[in-house]
Amino acid sequence: MSVLISVKNLTLMYSDGVESLHDISIDVVANAVNVFFGPSGGGKSTLLRAINRLNDLADVSTVEGQILFNGQNVLDPSVNVIELRRKVGMVFSRPAPLPLTVYENVIYGLRLMGENNKSVLDDRVEQALRQAVLWDEVYDRLNDPGTSLSGGQQQRLCISRVLALDPEVIMLDEPTSALDPVSTAKIEEMLQELKSRITVILVPHNMQQAARTADYSGFFLQGKLVEYAAGKGLFVNPREKQTQDYVTGRFG
Amino acid sequence: MDNSNYAQVSKRKAIVGVNLLRLITFITAVPVIGVIVYIIVRGAPALSWEFLTAMPRDGMRAGGIMPAIVGTFYLAIGTAIFSVPLGVAAGIYIAEYASDNRLTRLVRIAIINLAGIPSVVYGLFGLGLFVLFLNFGTSILAASLTLSIMTLPVIISTTEEALRQVPNSFRVVSTSLGGTRWQTVKNITLPQAMPGVVTGIILGLERAVGETAPIMFTGASFFLPMLPQSPMDATMALPYHIFVISTSVPGMPVQIQYGTVLVLLVFVLGMNVIATVIRNRARARRQW
Amino acid sequence: MEMVKGERWITWIIRISGYSSILFVSLILIFLAREGLPALGKVPLGDLFGTRWYPIESYFGIWPLIYGSVLVTVGALLIGIPFGIGTAVYLSELAPAWIKNILKPVIEILAGLPSVVLGFLGIQLVAPSFREFLNLPTGLTAFTGAVLLGFIAIPTIVSISEDALNTVPAMYRQGAMALGANHWQTIWGVTVPAARSGLLTAVMLGVGRAIGETMAVMMVTGNAPVLPSSWNALFLPARTMTATIASEMGEVATGSDHYHVLFFIGIVLFLISLAVNLTASSLALRSKKRAERLLS
Repeated sequence: MSVLISVKNLTLMYSDGVESLHDISIDVVANAVNVFFGPSGGGKSTLLRAINRLNDLADVSTVEGQILFNGQNVLDPSVNVIELRRKVGMVFSRPAPLPLTVYENVIYGLRLMGENNKSVLDDRVEQALRQAVLWDEVYDRLNDPGTSLSGGQQQRLCISRVLALDPEVIMLDEPTSALDPVSTAKIEEMLQELKSRITVILVPHNMQQAARTADYSGFFLQGKLVEYAAGKGLFVNPREKQTQDYVTGRFG
Repeated sequence: MDNSNYAQVSKRKAIVGVNLLRLITFITAVPVIGVIVYIIVRGAPALSWEFLTAMPRDGMRAGGIMPAIVGTFYLAIGTAIFSVPLGVAAGIYIAEYASDNRLTRLVRIAIINLAGIPSVVYGLFGLGLFVLFLNFGTSILAASLTLSIMTLPVIISTTEEALRQVPNSFRVVSTSLGGTRWQTVKNITLPQAMPGVVTGIILGLERAVGETAPIMFTGASFFLPMLPQSPMDATMALPYHIFVISTSVPGMPVQIQYGTVLVLLVFVLGMNVIATVIRNRARARRQW
Repeated sequence: MEMVKGERWITWIIRISGYSSILFVSLILIFLAREGLPALGKVPLGDLFGTRWYPIESYFGIWPLIYGSVLVTVGALLIGIPFGIGTAVYLSELAPAWIKNILKPVIEILAGLPSVVLGFLGIQLVAPSFREFLNLPTGLTAFTGAVLLGFIAIPTIVSISEDALNTVPAMYRQGAMALGANHWQTIWGVTVPAARSGLLTAVMLGVGRAIGETMAVMMVTGNAPVLPSSWNALFLPARTMTATIASEMGEVATGSDHYHVLFFIGIVLFLISLAVNLTASSLALRSKKRAERLLS
């Protein structure tokens, strides 16, 4: 196993003090499904948004510590954020197709890079949609609006939109919370396929999903990392009382 | 007074009150509709091809109002040239770029003030800055610039409003895919807000087209024997022409007055209708 | 902020456009001051705030004009407030959808009518009928101006009041109804008081609209810059500050005392509109904060 992202003593606070992170240290293992789970408000989304610097859009008052990605601290002001976000893609909890066609949704990031070669774009669209197991369902609807797809299809469209940029990491923030069980299963299956090439960070939308998918997992509670373990360790044999309570359903 | 009696009294009060409100609304609305209908009835007989395309004759008591129509077009175009790019860019700045600090608050206060300054004060300002200080003279240029600054707050506010209605998730997604702020505006938020922006532009220009006071000392002319040849010439304009023929021309035929008012109304209300149609169609087609 | 190639200049353009409003307000103030403040040097202060406006003989007392503006504006509000707020309450609380669909465009049309058109209608229709009904020597009076101005202020008052009423949480109304209040009691006991700062904003902006209005008042108030001599001043001709500027600026020599005094009146108008709008916007801000607090 090799560590791709290493979060060191990260403390982050929003100006209004709502959700924040306290002294988080955690490693993200390459080519694995890294699961961050815990009750909502625990700081998981904040951590994801710190890794790709999406928090730049929010009202953050304090950031301390480091997030090393390929040996470079992404919190450093000199980091090329655009470059970073292309390498660390993100999928959100609600399927959020841009108000564009299916095709344009997939190549949105590429267009922003200045890629306009039609045959290159065509290839990437097919490739990305196939990786997201969506091609067979939409190959004849590429010029329809992204919003005309079903919820599950929309979410896979959002995933292929990230994959089209050929990222090193894909972060998914409760990607199946708005989906039916069949769509959820498709996405979970896809993640297992993807991890051979791309590092996956997943915030699952419930404990069962965490247990099903995790190669490594961290349990977050109120902005702190309570416990971290490889494999299904946290679910089978939690060490901390708080983890135990959550995993056994005593709170959540 | 026992309870049921009390309830009855308050019920009667409510019925009277509601009917009073109905009456008030009725008194507000009916004259508006009545007046529009009246202007159409009185003005329509004046409308003819000659009225719309000929120069005025006989001290404006006969002939057409073509130079006033053309002048109003020129002023509308001149105003749009200056106010649209500036206003839309300023709206983008406030909605997409500005952070909440003292400078932004100052910008907001400035916009609120621009919106509230009386139109005749704009006229004075245009006279002082454009006509005299910059030496543009009473000209289409000076009048258009004056009207532009007056129109600016309308365009800025509606652009801002339209951009704010675009869901924030689009911005977050675009940014997460490596979009810069401008790329996000250009590719996503501005296209999505476009119908609202266009509506705002039309409403702003509608106001400019109908204004008299700001152009009285900056570019409008009582009577001109020929059409303006360049932006440095003064021009006739519909609103000022209406003012002139209803106050300063003795023996003015009423039919021509109503006809001229009708033409201006068609312009102004036509723009209003176009703006409404654009807004409603966009709302129906919107995917979010 | 991250940029790609060529983005720096467009960001600058947007930024400068954003700040341009500050520049324009400053320019307006500078040029009003440049042309208007010399009046203070040329006309003694006592004369400037004297009671006689007769520029041909160099009487530049602006009190009659201020008085004319106040008279007409107050008259306009006496009409605009009850009708504006009444209409807003009816539209937002009582009217069925189909009536709303007719009335809202009507109010928008009223808002869109150029003031010169209203002035024209004032001369053609309103003034003659007032003369007839009220048995006046002339229909061109402060009252006629006030009625027109009332109608000009109504759309502003209606739309802002309606917004204010619509932001009152439905919970409030349901609560009042659940306690046995009828519709009428709910409106005046709960909804209107809850929206009061928004309604006040609407009234303030209506004042701003009325006091700055030029063409309509100029055309129908009869243009007589005199101080009131009796209580029926409302039914006599008057002259507002705006109308004075509009009707006299065209004929003065640039740089004359009269010219500077007209700009000075412009400064007075600018300051009034500044005060009115700042008050209105701070009221609006306060009511917004209040609504956020209540709803959070």
